[in-house]
Amino acid sequence: MAEPMGFFTDTSVCIGCKACEVACKAWNQLPARNGGKVQLSGISYDNTVSLSGIQWRHVKFIEDFAPDRSTGRWLMMSDVCKHCVQAACLEVCPTGAIIRTEFDTVVIQQDVCNGCRACIAACPFGVIEINPETNTAMKCTLCYDRLQAGMVPACAQACPTHSIQFGPISELRQRAQERLEQLHAAGVTQARLYGHDESILGGLNAFYLLLDEPEKYGLPSNPQLPSRNLAPSAALSAAGAVALGLLGLVGLRKQRMDRLAAEERGQGEGSHAG
Amino acid sequence: MAVAVSRRQFLKVGGAAAGTAAGALLGLGVDLRPKQVRAQQLRIKDAQVYPSVCPYCAVGCGTLVHVVNGQIVNIEGNPKSPINKGNLCPKGAATYQLHVNPNRLTKVLYRKPYGTQWEVVDLDWAMDRVAELVKKTRDETFVETLPNGKRVMHTTAIYSLGGATIDNEWNHIHQKLMRGLGIVRIENQARI
Amino acid sequence: MAENHPVAFRWVAEAKRRGAKLIHVDPRFTRTSAMADLYVPLRSGTDIAFLGGLIRYMIENEKYFKDYVVNYTNAATIIRDDFQDTEDLEGVFSGLKEAPQGTFQKYVYDNATWQYKRTAAWDAAKAREEALKAATFAEMIQKMVPPPAEKDPTLQHPRTVFQIVRRHFSRYTPEMVEQICGTPKELFLRVAEMLAENSGPDKTTTFVYAMGWTQHTYGVQNIGCAALLQLLLGNMGRPGGGILALRGHATIQGSTDVPTLYHSIQGYMAHPDARRAHDTLRDYILTETRPTGYWANLPKFMVSYLKSMYGDAAKPENDFGYDWHPKINGDYSFMASFHAMARGEIKGAFFFGQNPATSINASLIRRALANLDWMVVKDNFEIETAAFWYKSPEVQSGELKPEQIKTEVFLFPSAQVGEIEGTFTNTQRLIQFHEKAADPPGDCRSDTWFTHQLALRLKKLYADSTLPRDEGFKNLTWDYDYEPGKYPTNTRIQGEPDVMKIWREINGFKTDTGELLKGFGDLKDDGSTTCASWIYCGAYPEEGKFLPANRNPDPDDKPGTHLGWGYAWPANRRILYNRASADPNGNPWSERKKLIWWDAGQKKWVGYDVPDFPATKAPDTPAKPGATGLDAHDGKSPFIMMADGKGWLFVPVGLQDGPLPTHYEPMESPVPNLLYPKWQNNPIAKYYEHERNQLATVGDPQFPVVLTTYRLTEHHLAGGMSRWLPWLAELQPELFVEISPELAAEKGIKNLDLVRISSKRGTIVAKALVTPRLRPLTINGKTVHQIGMPWHWGFMGIAVGDVVNDLGAWVADPNVQIHEMKALLVNVEKAQ
Repeated sequence: MAEPMGFFTDTSVCIGCKACEVACKAWNQLPARNGGKVQLSGISYDNTVSLSGIQWRHVKFIEDFAPDRSTGRWLMMSDVCKHCVQAACLEVCPTGAIIRTEFDTVVIQQDVCNGCRACIAACPFGVIEINPETNTAMKCTLCYDRLQAGMVPACAQACPTHSIQFGPISELRQRAQERLEQLHAAGVTQARLYGHDESILGGLNAFYLLLDEPEKYGLPSNPQLPSRNLAPSAALSAAGAVALGLLGLVGLRKQRMDRLAAEERGQGEGSHAG
Repeated sequence: MAVAVSRRQFLKVGGAAAGTAAGALLGLGVDLRPKQVRAQQLRIKDAQVYPSVCPYCAVGCGTLVHVVNGQIVNIEGNPKSPINKGNLCPKGAATYQLHVNPNRLTKVLYRKPYGTQWEVVDLDWAMDRVAELVKKTRDETFVETLPNGKRVMHTTAIYSLGGATIDNEWNHIHQKLMRGLGIVRIENQARI
Repeated sequence: MAENHPVAFRWVAEAKRRGAKLIHVDPRFTRTSAMADLYVPLRSGTDIAFLGGLIRYMIENEKYFKDYVVNYTNAATIIRDDFQDTEDLEGVFSGLKEAPQGTFQKYVYDNATWQYKRTAAWDAAKAREEALKAATFAEMIQKMVPPPAEKDPTLQHPRTVFQIVRRHFSRYTPEMVEQICGTPKELFLRVAEMLAENSGPDKTTTFVYAMGWTQHTYGVQNIGCAALLQLLLGNMGRPGGGILALRGHATIQGSTDVPTLYHSIQGYMAHPDARRAHDTLRDYILTETRPTGYWANLPKFMVSYLKSMYGDAAKPENDFGYDWHPKINGDYSFMASFHAMARGEIKGAFFFGQNPATSINASLIRRALANLDWMVVKDNFEIETAAFWYKSPEVQSGELKPEQIKTEVFLFPSAQVGEIEGTFTNTQRLIQFHEKAADPPGDCRSDTWFTHQLALRLKKLYADSTLPRDEGFKNLTWDYDYEPGKYPTNTRIQGEPDVMKIWREINGFKTDTGELLKGFGDLKDDGSTTCASWIYCGAYPEEGKFLPANRNPDPDDKPGTHLGWGYAWPANRRILYNRASADPNGNPWSERKKLIWWDAGQKKWVGYDVPDFPATKAPDTPAKPGATGLDAHDGKSPFIMMADGKGWLFVPVGLQDGPLPTHYEPMESPVPNLLYPKWQNNPIAKYYEHERNQLATVGDPQFPVVLTTYRLTEHHLAGGMSRWLPWLAELQPELFVEISPELAAEKGIKNLDLVRISSKRGTIVAKALVTPRLRPLTINGKTVHQIGMPWHWGFMGIAVGDVVNDLGAWVADPNVQIHEMKALLVNVEKAQ
């Protein structure tokens, strides 16, 4: 069992260069959308628009200026699968294709996935989509293959400004806290961490330092597990229908997760002496 | 002493403890335990690695080119380079597609004077033809001495443009060949 | 910097984490601005007004680094009595005269009056006459040493450089900066204060620039102005100081050093020129050699260069083949050459990894290409230049018809970096070797292969010629084939030259023994050494030791100069003029900023870098009166390439358009020159006259908007290396124009609307990106709108779009003939 590993994405130093997007595609051999022949989105410098089955890193651009330019910021943030500790996708996956690895990351096994889309509806962050070339659900694997070989994930290696940092979660949390304090001391009072502790889905293994409220970046401030957020919208699509059928299972898994968490606590108390 | 340990710390504690805790769930048909599914095949595991330099801007980032069976399979930043420590920009990160790209030309294309389409031609033939044309133009336009008596030994009827993205070795032999022939209209991207 | 050199910006981010402050001055709020502590907008093309304001601030508030300025710059030097400044002549310097024919200029300068005042009478013409009689080159140079310049170390004499500079910039007040640049006065003063606070013995500031400064009709003066400021602040030759050029191509530095450029031969020597006193080798050497300072060695560089060209045939008795070497006789720069092509004066052209069909005033260029008899394009993809004859907008519109275009076109496919071994020189002069990883596909070949194979064919074609004009080419050495049995066996490609043989020639060797030269100190002017590029001499000091292939970085706790990684010319120095990192006595200015220093015990310069100074020359060494070379400098003169060993605040020789930077307006400007109303533009700027190269008038109501052009992180140049790559094409798929919400509202333009942008040269269409990152500025009470367009697009490839450079004009800086795509006048309207 390796140490839990993940990403700390410090958006305060993101320069929006998109090296992470390309390095990810290059390593994981993901195609460009429509062979690269796409239209200008008109959303600042963002033309990949969202995470998808072939877009596992996505840089958001938020232009935030007062009309008289007395204040102005151009926020950038490299989005990615959060590798949630309580991973909704993993909970709802009926085939067991989605697994938690020895690095505490969440990976979809491509040869097991049957493309049922349950995970797509379940993910509170909109991370997962079907890769049209394989008809399976895809998302960031946190470069599982590179991790096993002791290498840094492609995006983190490419990132020129250390906006994407990779490492053991415990270390990243400490670094994030120090950076937060540094920014607060420098008067950037709006800076905050997102997903660094258990308050969001038990903790995000890809967590963030943001310069404003999560909503500013299109992140839910209080994301929910599918058992809580799926029901109202589930019947709207074929994928939803499939997911709806799985609701019972979801509920069951929720109970299991709760039990697991409880056992962990018990185990923790007991294991400390060792 | 009892200390609250989070799930994360629990995972860190080690395989034995995890086995005990999560093993109980196995019977339920879904294994939520952290696990190593299988050894992932690293696609550069058996690759030969060649240190290289990014061909885009002038920062000079170090790259590593991975080759399997004579084919380039991956290009990424060289962590050892003190310039980029493994980092790249999106262009540098895309260098693989500069090499492996279905749009890439692999044959010489030729268009006759007044022609309306490309023809694929033999490389040797094209080289011979270019050499003939250089000689013809040079010989027809060469100036040894200007009307004012100044020696120039040049032709201004041939123009060569390029070099800033091409190796120093090329720049050297190309400017030498041009100047050796008396071709003085030599330029590259540095002025544009 | 974050936009176009993200990985270089890595180190800015690192510095910021350690408390450094970042100021970004730019017409547009870019990805760099987003990271800056202070973003400062200004009108495109007004950098000299801005920098001049900073210079004035530092002088008037006594914020300059006095010890540095007095000892290391020419501040104390007295200029000739007949020099007249722009302050005296309302906007021009003394020496302005009408230009001769064929220079594409109205005026040029004679720099005679810009010279130092000498302590004794000095007749350069007479000295030259005497020198021509000398037996050796060394003796010739000796006779050209002028008497020392007059100085006033108190800087009080009214004709000292310092006082001239003070008077010259006296008009550049914060108020004037605001009126010209549109930068609010308070913001400007904040920059000045931050800069002053961050310079001195214990702190340094660096300036970083790219095309935003160079692409102007006063581009060189923009950089010179920054150099002047940095010298005043004591920021040159010191760690964390300097002026960093963010160059844009993998070996644009190398291609300038080993120059595929018309005006210069190897190592920054001037190209022999029929317009100058270059008739014989002795004339050339007399004209080009500065007798004091390191350039006094030019005869050795030049003779060794000629030996590298003509080998054994280059002998003292035939001036080492100097007569065979071509001479230039005009402006053959990029725009001048396309001007000649448009007139039908050029018959054949090579384009290696270049895409002129999308370059400045591109429509005119595409029409000019149709005048060629033949054209060779060598590239990875079928770029616009290769396809101009059937795909260009002029063909689409019917103005050009393929069946009427005579040009014979060759498109050779190229090998890419991973398929070639060779070297690039990066923007910090670092030569790095890249290995060949795999064979290129099909008939793709390296450019080195192409030129080598072309040369071999031409050698054959000329082998039997007996014409005198072909003698030089017949004597041109061409020995790059691998030795028998040495050709690599793991490749299917045949006919590649041996890269190490090319390096042997570049580095140089002794002509009798063939022994490689250890460095340019070994060069001789008698033909006993051959060396193509004196500045690269030492990169390959012995067989089996090729320093550009070194890959030994410093460990994390070491100085970080990384002398074991690659090879930085000259002599592996990482910071030029680093003697200035120590005080006049040779001690570091401060512990924090130490780099090299004088070790009195060892009696030599030591430190973290290779000293850019004679290794054992003590700080208290006096200058030798009448000596040549570095002996003419004392031990306190760090700028060894300069004749007087000092950093030049005032530039007596080397610049065509004045010894000091002066604010002029771009050739197309919405406003008159407020500083010097009589001189709107750089008086000696170049303009290449053509009916399709018209300029808008000052404040032209038809073209009221300022356009600036630029590059994006996601693309490279004209797109030949990016718009064909799906991963990059999808990141920035279409051409856009960045428009402020204010201008958009005025013109009824919404985000993503199609917009027509027209200049006096052409009209293009782009999608609107309405963004608050652009903003109107108030220029002397008038609202001026600026728009921005990236220029990557063209009509071939995956991501296609109109050619922004269609809007551009053929106007140029008089020193280096770079264009002015950073400030144009256009009109913007919604396309229906």
